[in-house]
Amino acid sequence: MEKTLLEMRNITKRFGKVTALSNVNLKVREGEVHALVGENGAGKSTLMNVLSGIYPYGSYEGDIIFDGNTCEFHGIRDSEEKGIVIIHQELALVPFLSIAENLFLGNERTASWSGKVVDWPRTYKRASELLELVGLHEDPRTLIKDIGVGKQQLVEIAKAIAKNVRLLILDEPTASLNETDSQQLLDLLADFRTKGMTSIIISHKLNEISYIANNITVIRDGSTIETISNENHDVKEDRIIAGMVGRALTDRFPKRETKPSSEVLMEIKNWNVSHPLNHDRKVCDNVSLTIHKGEVVGLSGLMGAGRTELAKSVFGRSYGVNIHGEVYLRGKKVELNTVQKAIDEGLAYVTEDRKGDGLLLAQSITINTTLANLEDVSNHSVLDKDKEALVADDYRQKLNTKTPSVRQLVGNLSGGNQQKVLLAKWMFAHPDVLILDEPTRGIDVGAKYEIYCIINDLVKEGKGVLMISSELPEILGMCDRVYVMNEGKIVAQMPRSEASQESIMSAILKTSDKK
Amino acid sequence: MSSIIEILKRNSLLLALVAVMIFFEITIRATGHGSMFSPSNFTNIISQNSYVIILAVGMLFCIIGCGNVDLSVGSIVALVGAIAGVMMVNWETNVYLAIATCLIVGILIGAWQGFWIAYVRIPAFIVTLAGMMLFRGMALLVLDGLTISPFPPEYLRYFTSFIPKARSGAFSLTMVVTIILCAIYLGFSIYSRLNKIKKNYQVEDKTTFIFTLVVVIGALLGSGFLLASNKGIPVILILLTVIVLVYSFFANRTVAGRRLYALGGNEKAAKLSGVNTNFMLFFTYVNMGFLAAVAALVCVARFNSAAPTAGNGYELDAIGACFIGGASAYGGVGTVAGAVIGAVFMGVLNNGMSILGIDANWQRTVKGLVLLFAVVIDVLSKKRVK
Repeated sequence: MEKTLLEMRNITKRFGKVTALSNVNLKVREGEVHALVGENGAGKSTLMNVLSGIYPYGSYEGDIIFDGNTCEFHGIRDSEEKGIVIIHQELALVPFLSIAENLFLGNERTASWSGKVVDWPRTYKRASELLELVGLHEDPRTLIKDIGVGKQQLVEIAKAIAKNVRLLILDEPTASLNETDSQQLLDLLADFRTKGMTSIIISHKLNEISYIANNITVIRDGSTIETISNENHDVKEDRIIAGMVGRALTDRFPKRETKPSSEVLMEIKNWNVSHPLNHDRKVCDNVSLTIHKGEVVGLSGLMGAGRTELAKSVFGRSYGVNIHGEVYLRGKKVELNTVQKAIDEGLAYVTEDRKGDGLLLAQSITINTTLANLEDVSNHSVLDKDKEALVADDYRQKLNTKTPSVRQLVGNLSGGNQQKVLLAKWMFAHPDVLILDEPTRGIDVGAKYEIYCIINDLVKEGKGVLMISSELPEILGMCDRVYVMNEGKIVAQMPRSEASQESIMSAILKTSDKK
Repeated sequence: MSSIIEILKRNSLLLALVAVMIFFEITIRATGHGSMFSPSNFTNIISQNSYVIILAVGMLFCIIGCGNVDLSVGSIVALVGAIAGVMMVNWETNVYLAIATCLIVGILIGAWQGFWIAYVRIPAFIVTLAGMMLFRGMALLVLDGLTISPFPPEYLRYFTSFIPKARSGAFSLTMVVTIILCAIYLGFSIYSRLNKIKKNYQVEDKTTFIFTLVVVIGALLGSGFLLASNKGIPVILILLTVIVLVYSFFANRTVAGRRLYALGGNEKAAKLSGVNTNFMLFFTYVNMGFLAAVAALVCVARFNSAAPTAGNGYELDAIGACFIGGASAYGGVGTVAGAVIGAVFMGVLNNGMSILGIDANWQRTVKGLVLLFAVVIDVLSKKRVK
């Protein structure tokens, strides 16, 4: 049991100027469950992508030693050949194919007389054996779309076993599972461990990690911090959290001169939203919050906590069903039934997904800038294109968007500049309250600083900002007040003076445990 | 000079059209088939292609709005034409009442399809494929499989006559109208340029401005002269001009037009920017129904009959015109001018090959290849820019 199966030695991975991983070391013993923990963006997924060959050999520095041999993976096929199989958070199953077909996708059981013809009886027989192994009692002919997420997760594991897996990597396997399914999955992993299988589990649920893992490696800011031994399954969550967040804040955030006023600008009261497909599932559960004039309010939480859903449902009911609750703007109750109404009442929602939900990539900066407020560049519904160009150019200068001309297509801009165009669009709609959903996702440090400066200017003008962010340092560096959301509920509220990475993380994790 | 090259590059489709015209003109003259630009043939090209242009404009809006086409327009043309025939020929209904009824039927058909597409979210391909069979069947039912003719002259004169009515004086009147149009265009261009300079807005440089003016006025005068040498201004040309100008203005200069492009470019982004996406989508299909009805009225007048097979394959001509004209199959991109040029391009190909006496089977083959390569060249040239 003391043999090392995998060793990743001094892995460094850069994207342009940004260093995502720096000298990361990871040692996994044969036959253990090894946990990898860290905040969003700490580098866990990048590390696993290096391991599985998604980032091919040569695009990173350092060595991967698997089963005693130094490996050079050029793609996911190479790593799978060695028996390293990764199961991503978003499952890679084809919904309209059967369980059996999915199990052997790309790895089909073929007839003895030809490698091109599928041997169906053998496929179904082997599929049944595999399903038995993972404890899934379903007909292998059932379509994937007809079984729940928990069972789909098991199919993924069975699929890995079909590939003769030696090292199984699970990325957030229990994120979308309920308590029973999660427990079943963890017990399955424990069971496989006794049979000698090695696995790496990435998870935010520290109680599960404490329960299942033999060793816990903590990654922070692209470096390995420590590996905690958990052979007796007695490591305290606080101990892991301290490792995950213990970092000093440097001045990555511009100073804000102004103080928030005591005047309430926006108030959300008892807001409830259900999932659009699963009406029984509440994604926002009695949420109440206030935003003052000139205040940056943070909304912190893990992915899937219901923050984006809250923002979208308030913004013209753009998400969810069975929405009820009250919204007050400037002390007046408002009904924001359509997006247009929300805009008219002075609300703006800057989406987290700028490419998917925010911008027209095949159109110019000008057209994108004015889209949410065409009224101000038109007379009687007829556009004044010259005025439009002036407006766009004005915002280009104000936000320092780097582009030769506002006629440039937005799709040709860098992420940071696209984000500025998106901000310009919503600033031009002249809102009182801006909801910024992950305003600095996927953009470099310099552009982040500029976005923070823009946020400071906005609150200086007396606007209110609700900032949704998964990056705790950003929340702590920018916000006057912080709400913590978890599983659809506001679980804590704290002023800047009391907010810390530890207090926010423990607010989240403590409420996760109670489930 | 470089700016002129820039304009030519941006209008490569127009250049291609001119090149094809010159090619046909040379070949036709060399083989002794007369000339493509004889006054009568020029008039002919306009009336032959009027229905494609009208349908292409409607189709363009469907393509911009959701990257989807309307396969049923040919059948709508047949059904509306059939209703026009039954009303005007068999029942001898008042012409204006018949025209109004036809347009309303077109709008209702559009609303029917738009409802399923925009509000129930049935894929447009399926809804309009069903419409293609449904309305063709209804046209056959209305006509009982027969062809109805002839239409009353008071109807025909709105689509097939010329201004002025008398042959004498046609030349001078047409030329006067042409010169007035040129003067209006010139005056408007100079006025808007001066206005922009006064307000300190960005203007295109002088060479580009003068070059564009010269080309447009030259084309106007040339066309006017050819029409004048024949019978004068075809009424249908006036209808076409009005449609093209109105829809260009809608697409380029109105808030609703901008929102239509936004819908096609990124529906989710449009929705989160306050665009009523469902209504916009519904509207594009209602509009398509309306324009298909207009095309139907033009068609029955041109053939002077309402036949159950009318409009066969028109949807493909219209779709082809849009894509040749640079519309994107993904939605959000395309211009009315492009669709019109695309339609004329196809029309010139048809006309040229017919004059040369090329076999109809070959004509189809050539048109298919041209459609493919027009889009291939467009896609490749855009890739190179990236």
